[in-house]
Amino acid sequence: MTFAQAPHVTLAQAPHVTLAQAPHVTLAQAPHGFLSPTGVEIAFLLVGLVTFGAALVTVTTRQLVHAALWLVVTLGGLAVEYLLLTAEFIAWVQVLIYVGSVVVLLLFGLMLTRAPIGRSPDADSGNRWAALIVAVAAAAALVWVVVDAFRTTWIDLDGPAAGSTEATGASLFQNWVLPFEALSVLLLAALVGAIVLSRKAKEESSSPPVNARGVTKSSRPVTESSDPQVRANPAEQEGTR
Amino acid sequence: MNDALDVALRLLIVFGVFLTFPLIIGQTEHKVMAHMQGRLGPMYAGGFHGWAQLIADGVKFAQKEDVVPAGADRRIFQLAPAVALLPYLLVLLAVPIGPGEGAVGQVVDAGVFFVLAVMGVGVLGSLMAGWASANKFSLLGGLRTAAQLLAYELPMLLTAASVAMAAGTVSLPGILDAFEWWWLPWQIVGAIVFFVAGLAELQRPPFDMPVADSEIIFGAYTEYTGLRFALFLLAEYAGIVVLCGLTTVLFLGGWHGPWGADGLGWVWTLLKTAVLAFIVIWLRVTYPRLREDQLQKLSWTLLVPLSLAQIALTGIVKVVIS
Repeated sequence: MTFAQAPHVTLAQAPHVTLAQAPHVTLAQAPHGFLSPTGVEIAFLLVGLVTFGAALVTVTTRQLVHAALWLVVTLGGLAVEYLLLTAEFIAWVQVLIYVGSVVVLLLFGLMLTRAPIGRSPDADSGNRWAALIVAVAAAAALVWVVVDAFRTTWIDLDGPAAGSTEATGASLFQNWVLPFEALSVLLLAALVGAIVLSRKAKEESSSPPVNARGVTKSSRPVTESSDPQVRANPAEQEGTR
Repeated sequence: MNDALDVALRLLIVFGVFLTFPLIIGQTEHKVMAHMQGRLGPMYAGGFHGWAQLIADGVKFAQKEDVVPAGADRRIFQLAPAVALLPYLLVLLAVPIGPGEGAVGQVVDAGVFFVLAVMGVGVLGSLMAGWASANKFSLLGGLRTAAQLLAYELPMLLTAASVAMAAGTVSLPGILDAFEWWWLPWQIVGAIVFFVAGLAELQRPPFDMPVADSEIIFGAYTEYTGLRFALFLLAEYAGIVVLCGLTTVLFLGGWHGPWGADGLGWVWTLLKTAVLAFIVIWLRVTYPRLREDQLQKLSWTLLVPLSLAQIALTGIVKVVIS
């Protein structure tokens, strides 16, 4: 498959496409063998193995917070892979968004709800076989498409970085403006949707907690005083105080 | 061989700065706070005005027993201080101190993103400590840390992006090369927003809710003793060095100064950093602690709109002058 057909995979693997679009990527006229790997290729494979292992532990461990922390290792390993592919900008953005924000949000949610130290026996899902099938199918599809599209694309590691901020920015805003804008509209829609959902939930659940607090706060005066009006309307009594 | 020596030397210097500057700031904080409150502060350790107080503290911390609570998640509990401290060392590598390639640990192409991304990782250390301690106060501290991160990260990124727009590059030395003196009034709002958001990241007063000692003992670090506790404290002061250095580089022109920018540029950088560190200490003595929700309100109703306005201003000026 040639270079021109690469755009099939834009949405799934945008970073790879920016690499492929960059000027210093050469096609395989000269034979590139897999049998005499360079140091960078070996490092790439090793980091890939670590990333894969961490991802496996993430989904199989029964300790919820450990899963989130292994996710940090996975996402960090991915960032290192981007670095090895000279996509420095993408690598740091990966760390900034995923490790710095998404995982923190995840941990925040876990701590706020339930995060026992030790194993959570109910952390297993009954759908695990279905999940496995979906995951393997998705992985197979992605690997097949990416390998098919990029197996003849080689990055020249000795030249100027093909994935530098400048190259990434130029290709993003020259060749890929439309997907970029479409994605921003999608994110905006998600943002507005989140606000709408949270406001709706607030209106529905706003009245019971207020009443409940009024009752508990004024329960002592109710038992102590004999005034029937106070007993009849504890919430109002709190208001006047 | 020369290259390897060069790299080793740079790493050694950065490591030296990483070990000494936080201690200098800590000692300054002892003395400045004391004098602002009409006290003398440490006077005995080392003889002259208690200059060796923090070294004595370090010896004391090293002698203490390292306790891990029985109910704690042992490995994560022990790993947390390293996760909190090491990111600041990495960030220090990318902060340029003078003009040219010789005055920065490592030139990073996407420097602004690198420093913000790696600083964000440090917060994970507090979260890990808060969760793994098996202590309610620690958990509350961890929760507050996470909530705080959600508040300050956006304004910090937006204002840094404003400077990057002005300079036309995201490399820290590149930003300094493009700096002109009139950037100072142009970016002043962004500078203040960045600095305030940075204080919230470091959990320094008035944003020290995650470690509020009068409410939740010492937040995520409640269960820590000995050297691990000292490492968390070192992380806080290394964070001050990094934040002040970054504000200097991004907004105050780094090694640029009215005179002597070529040979003595690094003096300017250090001077500006020191003044900012003094302000950090000053704020601690002056302001009461905010509540967590007040920080959220401050961030979303003041800092984020201000940083967006700064970006708009940067864009307009940039288009007009080009």
